[in-house]
Amino acid sequence: MPCDQLTDTLPGVADGSVTLDRAGRAHVEACLRCQAELVRYRRLLRSLHGLRGEWVAAPGLLTEILAALDGVDPDEREARTGRRTAYLSGIAAATAAGAAGAIVFATRVRHRRPLAG
Amino acid sequence: MPADIDELVALSTEGDRAAFDELVRRTYHDTYTLALRLLGHEEDARDVTQEAYLRAYRGLPKFRGDAQFSTWLYRITANCASTHLGRRARNRHEVLDDEAPVADLHPDGDPAGRADQAALRAELTDALRRLPPKLRAVVVLRDIYDLPHESIAAELGISESAAKVRLHRARRKLREDLFPLPGDPTAVEGVEAPGRAHAV
Repeated sequence: MPCDQLTDTLPGVADGSVTLDRAGRAHVEACLRCQAELVRYRRLLRSLHGLRGEWVAAPGLLTEILAALDGVDPDEREARTGRRTAYLSGIAAATAAGAAGAIVFATRVRHRRPLAG
Repeated sequence: MPADIDELVALSTEGDRAAFDELVRRTYHDTYTLALRLLGHEEDARDVTQEAYLRAYRGLPKFRGDAQFSTWLYRITANCASTHLGRRARNRHEVLDDEAPVADLHPDGDPAGRADQAALRAELTDALRRLPPKLRAVVVLRDIYDLPHESIAAELGISESAAKVRLHRARRKLREDLFPLPGDPTAVEGVEAPGRAHAV
């Protein structure tokens, strides 16, 4: 198996999302070039993951964000949740009314006596 | 004020503004750093961070809590950054395609052999900044912030397969940039004659 066949697969092998088949594994075990490439990708991924814990300072940003939030109309959020509540209440009321009607109708049908004759 | 993020989220969802302010206070460095990594520009990152919190505040009643708050916020930030990049491209007539040229590569030297981990991270940060924005967004969200392909695709408005292709290209470019191999055809591919865009 030539190295080129594995070139696109090695990053996936490095992050664990790809498993090599038997032929691929045998090639990597015997090929120093592919082993070195795998090591480089693993190192790259480890370094990328290591960046997660680092952050960049942004002086004054917190004040800016909180000031921007002050500009949001609280009623806007409440209106959204209020509209949703009203909508769900409407559906619930309609369902309850429908169910009650069905029960009344079924009860009347059951109690209706057949016409004589 | 509760120490636990989940409690703060619950209070914020009920409309407790002080709890949301505390959430902002605890998370804004992380959010800004993500925005900066995605955009590569401080002022843009500040704008996007602010926009992300405004969207989060408005959308909090819809937050179902089936993901971590931080992951939810990362997705909002990624979406805001993607929108911002699209707007910037329209306004400045930039070409943000995957084939954008990458400048200032390091064709010589072997960081693996000469640099310690801190130096490698510094080089990696520079290399990320040199990536085309579309490739950078995917590798940052996947390999630094652990977002799944599906979420990345959704927030960037691309298909999952496109997200995977971009991730592959981004990783390869970073590998070529950080660990160039003398005499390796892939390393030669990465070093371009001036003014010529190379395939990624």
